[in-house]
Amino acid sequence: MKYVDEFRDGSLARQLAAAIAAAARPERNYHLMEFCGGHTHAIFRYGLPDLLPANVQLIHGPGCPVCVLPIARLDMAMALAKHPDIILCTYGDMLRVPGSGRTSLLKIRAEGNDVRMVYSPADCIALAQQHPDRQVVFFAIGFETTTPPTAVIIEQASRLGLKNLSVFCNHVLTPAAMHGILDTRESGEALKLDGFIGPAHVSTVIGSDPYEPFPQQYGTPVVIAGFEPLDVLQAILMLIRQLNDGRAVVENEFTRAVTATGNEKARQITERVFEVRDQFEWRGLGFVPHSALQIREQYRELDAEQRFADVLQQHAERIQLVPKDNKACECPQILRGVKKPRDCKLFDNPCTPDNPLGSCMVSSEGACAAYYQYGRVMES
Amino acid sequence: MARIDWNNGKVEMIHGSGGRAMQQLISELFAVEFNNEFLNQGNDGAVLPLTLPCSPDGARLVMATDAHVVSPLFFPGGDIGSLSVHGTINDVAMNGAAPLYLSAAFVLEEGFPLADLKRIVQSMARAALEARVPIVTGDTKVVERGKGDGVFITTTGIGAVPPPVDLSGSYARPGDRILVSGSMGDHGVTILSLRESLGFESELQSDTQSLHGLVAEMLTHVDSIRCLRDPTRGGLANTLNELAHQSGVGMHLQEAAIPVKPVVASACEFLGLDPLYVANEGKLIAICAAADADKLLQVMRSHPFGQEAAIIGEVIEDSNRFVQMTTRFGGRRMVDWLNGEQLPRIC
Repeated sequence: MKYVDEFRDGSLARQLAAAIAAAARPERNYHLMEFCGGHTHAIFRYGLPDLLPANVQLIHGPGCPVCVLPIARLDMAMALAKHPDIILCTYGDMLRVPGSGRTSLLKIRAEGNDVRMVYSPADCIALAQQHPDRQVVFFAIGFETTTPPTAVIIEQASRLGLKNLSVFCNHVLTPAAMHGILDTRESGEALKLDGFIGPAHVSTVIGSDPYEPFPQQYGTPVVIAGFEPLDVLQAILMLIRQLNDGRAVVENEFTRAVTATGNEKARQITERVFEVRDQFEWRGLGFVPHSALQIREQYRELDAEQRFADVLQQHAERIQLVPKDNKACECPQILRGVKKPRDCKLFDNPCTPDNPLGSCMVSSEGACAAYYQYGRVMES
Repeated sequence: MARIDWNNGKVEMIHGSGGRAMQQLISELFAVEFNNEFLNQGNDGAVLPLTLPCSPDGARLVMATDAHVVSPLFFPGGDIGSLSVHGTINDVAMNGAAPLYLSAAFVLEEGFPLADLKRIVQSMARAALEARVPIVTGDTKVVERGKGDGVFITTTGIGAVPPPVDLSGSYARPGDRILVSGSMGDHGVTILSLRESLGFESELQSDTQSLHGLVAEMLTHVDSIRCLRDPTRGGLANTLNELAHQSGVGMHLQEAAIPVKPVVASACEFLGLDPLYVANEGKLIAICAAADADKLLQVMRSHPFGQEAAIIGEVIEDSNRFVQMTTRFGGRRMVDWLNGEQLPRIC
């Protein structure tokens, strides 16, 4: 496959692995966090841990969109989906995530509610036009990558005067979460973190500039890397070299797609439609200031939180009685990189991708699911 | 009795009622298209002779059944009709049997166009004729509109296993080699490409085809075949996990050796799917002794349905029964059972 196989070349991988082994100093450890689930997935899918020396350890960060969504927001989406007028649309990954009381969007769909998987938010426009007597709600999740397409349908729905489409917005911001992680390190939590493998697709939108505070404020280097396995190895080598030299800067391994300022058009439409929330809850990180987006006042009619405020209010009163997360679930610690999937008592029994108890076991980008699906063989 | 309107007519409840309308549908469509001496007996079941294509001493019968619910019903390379013939013939053949007879049961939805039904039945008849396996008995039911998805077809097949052929998913042993008969994922990606919400185009065709001819060649030339299986739903990954589990062994694959067409690889890449988990309808997996692997590969490659056959890995000892793979990249990873549905990733 042109432009893909080149970045999965086994012989180049062996050369890079040799360079990493030569660069890594035996007297120290290198704790590197890949922020993105896309990297986590690539690392396990291509068996990268096999190619790294033991003292280069990868910490799997919180950049998995469905993993970081707090149960409270998922419960709100399910409350909307249970409304007889509403068709709730979302991305496939979201459907299996367990909410309160061991339910999920898939389970409430089986109970007869109208929940649909979409590949693109644009499908919601067509659906709203096909069902003028129903209310179509797009349950929007994800980082800066999935935000512009949501903004596009909000502007489009506004232009078309669509009265039966709205968006339940849960878009979150990557740099704010990275601040959150480094702040927990500063607060003395047992997180060893020497450098970030920076996001690929997110950075194509926001550019490399927003990462500058991490070396400057926290002395933590960032190397932005593509999602292909050679990208990841190259970024690891670049981080090791920075750490060996005592440098901390933002470097860009993914120059074929990422510039300093990113995708201006995508940023502009995001800016027109959304504004930053004062704070937002992240699973694993708690409430993080200025870490998510909400729909601007100008488009309040398209904001499901406004349009269905009464439904959500009734839900809020009811939900207090329902049991929350499984107490033994270590997703919060795993999302902060403090623990590994195997450290969780629930991992593999009873929590598996077929029966996920925590969100990290749902998406193939989640650390637990990636480790379960691809990594267990390393133990034998 | 009015003539059936094959151009604009629709399936009606009366076509499943047991009365004259049903009889008319059977005699004008199924009996004409499937036409064979056993079906033409016109009884409640087919009375079949006990003559086998092999010596009856030690021969055993194989019976397999498969329900087909594919959507869309028509796709490049086939349709639900040909698929329902090939699918069951292949299930019979994977047991080492020569398929002899098929049955077919139709669940039709009220309002389904009779022209489409005719197309499907003609396609089944063609597939059965090419495979030389007659459809000897059948049944038709009609359900109310909204209670079916156009047409569901269940086919059952009977075949005979000549001695000493003895295949089972529990016979794989450490050291054995694993082969596939061709490229993985063609059928599943063809179907996905037609789903309206995806809307991408390709020249790809479903690989739906009957494999009993290929199987017969393989069994004639190689004695040490332990098991055969067709990697349909769940693809190569699930089928190998089934075999590893049944035999109590592990498996080690070489990713670079697994044939995947570039168009399938590309489609899977942008949908976030893994071709190893995508369905096939005309491919098989074979496990045989290491010493015979090259010979088996040659036999498969000389058959039109096995030209792209490949040795993709070996059976290993592993009490965990893991299927693992050395990636193209040089690292190792698990190839686990499919978890839930293959859902597209978000970003």
